[in-house]
Amino acid sequence: MSEETVSRPKGQDFEASLERSDKRVASFEHNHRGVMDHIQKALHGNPTLVPVIVLVLSVVIFGVIAGGKFFSAFNLTLIMQQVSIIGLLAAAQSLIILTAGIDLSVAAIMVLMSVIMGNLAVSYGVPTFFALLIGFAGGGAAGFLNGLMVTRLKLPPFIVTLGTWNIFYALNLWLSGAQSIRSQDIDANAAALKFFGEAFKLGSARVTYGSLLMIVVFFALWFLLNKTAWGRHVYAIGDDKEAAELAGIRTDRTLVQVYMLAGLVCAIAAWSSVGRIGSISPQAFYEGNLQSITAVVIGGISLFGGRGSILGALFGALIVGVFQSGLKLAGVDVLWQVFAVGWLIILAVSIDQWIRKVSA
Amino acid sequence: MTQEPILKARGLVKRYGKVTALDQADFDLYPGEILAVIGDNGAGKSSLIKAISGAVIPDEGEITLEGKRIQFQSPLEARDAGIETVYQTLALSPALSITDNMFVGRELRKPGFMGKYLRMLDHKAMEAFAREKLNDLGLMTIQNINQAVETLSGGQRQGVAVARAAAFGSKVIILDEPTAALGVKESRKVLELIQDVRSRGIPIVLISHNMPHVFEVADRIHVHRLGSRLCTIRPGEYTMSDAVAFMTGAAEPPAEATAA
Ligand SMILES: Nc1ncnc2c1ncn2[C@@H]1O[C@H](COP(=O)(O)OP(=O)(O)OP(=O)(O)O)[C@@H](O)[C@H]1O
Ligand SMILES: [Mg+2]
Repeated sequence: MSEETVSRPKGQDFEASLERSDKRVASFEHNHRGVMDHIQKALHGNPTLVPVIVLVLSVVIFGVIAGGKFFSAFNLTLIMQQVSIIGLLAAAQSLIILTAGIDLSVAAIMVLMSVIMGNLAVSYGVPTFFALLIGFAGGGAAGFLNGLMVTRLKLPPFIVTLGTWNIFYALNLWLSGAQSIRSQDIDANAAALKFFGEAFKLGSARVTYGSLLMIVVFFALWFLLNKTAWGRHVYAIGDDKEAAELAGIRTDRTLVQVYMLAGLVCAIAAWSSVGRIGSISPQAFYEGNLQSITAVVIGGISLFGGRGSILGALFGALIVGVFQSGLKLAGVDVLWQVFAVGWLIILAVSIDQWIRKVSA
Repeated sequence: MTQEPILKARGLVKRYGKVTALDQADFDLYPGEILAVIGDNGAGKSSLIKAISGAVIPDEGEITLEGKRIQFQSPLEARDAGIETVYQTLALSPALSITDNMFVGRELRKPGFMGKYLRMLDHKAMEAFAREKLNDLGLMTIQNINQAVETLSGGQRQGVAVARAAAFGSKVIILDEPTAALGVKESRKVLELIQDVRSRGIPIVLISHNMPHVFEVADRIHVHRLGSRLCTIRPGEYTMSDAVAFMTGAAEPPAEATAA
């Protein structure tokens, strides 16, 4: 503190002119802002724009390359069906990634729950309804375990879920005896397990209930995240956990709830997966974790948390599906699809980094 | 002082490893007053108010609010008890909008079915409220109440945090360097707001390094030094140079000021 500011009890001389001060707000030249600035601002306000544009463009491009085969209602609904399971896993993954975490155990939870549901209903004769309920509870419990370790033991989500991925996978092999449950056994004992594989006709399109389920789950989660206080808290935690805590959010409790909800969504995916593949296999969806992360990242959700819309993950999953279908119909080797998705991931993350600089 | 303090702390200790941030610190806030807390960087001012507001749990010592012993386990508990704090770090979520930030943890829900069963937020009502509160602070330089906080200037962010505390505090409002990033005009607004809040009968704790501001608004000044309260003085009875001398250890405070 310098001498001159000391010992002047009331007010300060330099503030005397405040009365006459200009009441206008600082205004900047808007018309000279570059196109890129506008794009950056727009994306900052709406990070889902990128995946939407990529999705529309890829549909148009493959429509042109592969022609009517691709553009048919039949094929487009088939794509939906093909991505319905990874889509659900991506929804669960989005919840975790929005909190600045990552969940490597989503697919393992799903497969474990499908094995539990299937074994109970098919081998032990438990009514299908209760088998499903137990599966949902199991999904929530698996998420609870993840959440508890992340918040109580303060371990990084990556490590916790890397561990539980292995643990759930081992449990799954143990419970199933590494045996699949055959389609006809499911049909005979618990046909309702396959409900989401059934479809209704819409013209030439064949829409499975599983595709609808995916969309319903995404919109329900979107509502939860954007229209309720709980959802805003999830974003706040992913943004800056310490600030959220100081601002009066029960961050650990909310985090555990997020992991439980993600586990529940995985269990819903488990039910849907039985219809999708027709049988229950302990070896199915081994790459589901990484595929769900891919969809989330391509969907413009920031791996650093707190940014992006869950609907982006839906578009991300669809983009992967469109690439798969389009390249296949265009007669391109499947390895180029993997190649293209690889570049998409890198592109999506670079765009995210760029968008985040808008504030600086 | 015949009145009882509304907020009182005795013998607070907080250690971070080998660093003792609070060393048997005492604190008294009387009803309806503006209490300034001054002290060197690292003196433990922020640690003191964090201990009071539930952001850190002190290792030792006790705190009473209106005569009742309190032991907050989280900032939320302090907030529910009516203590609202603007932390030095502001505690805003950068990617969320101004409105979302102002209402975090006490959001308004829509009336009727949508709010009750679907727990849908009433964005319109929250926006109107947020706009009004920022207006009071003269912060309508902000054009869009739904813009992300990270797109605001440092001073505007500080304004949002202050507006939030002033809008919701019911028993005590604590401000940790609320004008540090503010311009001359905006600082003046915050000082006016502080006096305004006091005239509503709510006592305020103001941490500041700005001596003219402190001497202008404070009823009493708590001088913090090396983790504890050195003395409390009245601005009318001492000069700024005295205060700075006590704060830095250049002069010994008189005995009656240290007696609390
Ligand atoms: N989370 C923490 N971990 C370790 N040490 C800490 C922590 N918080 C504060 N300290 C230490 O405690 C002491 C007091 O810090 P505090 O932030 O309370 O000071 P202050 O008076 O608010 O300073 P300033 O005027 O710079 O804001 C410092 O030595 C600081 O290094
Ligand atoms: Mg401080």
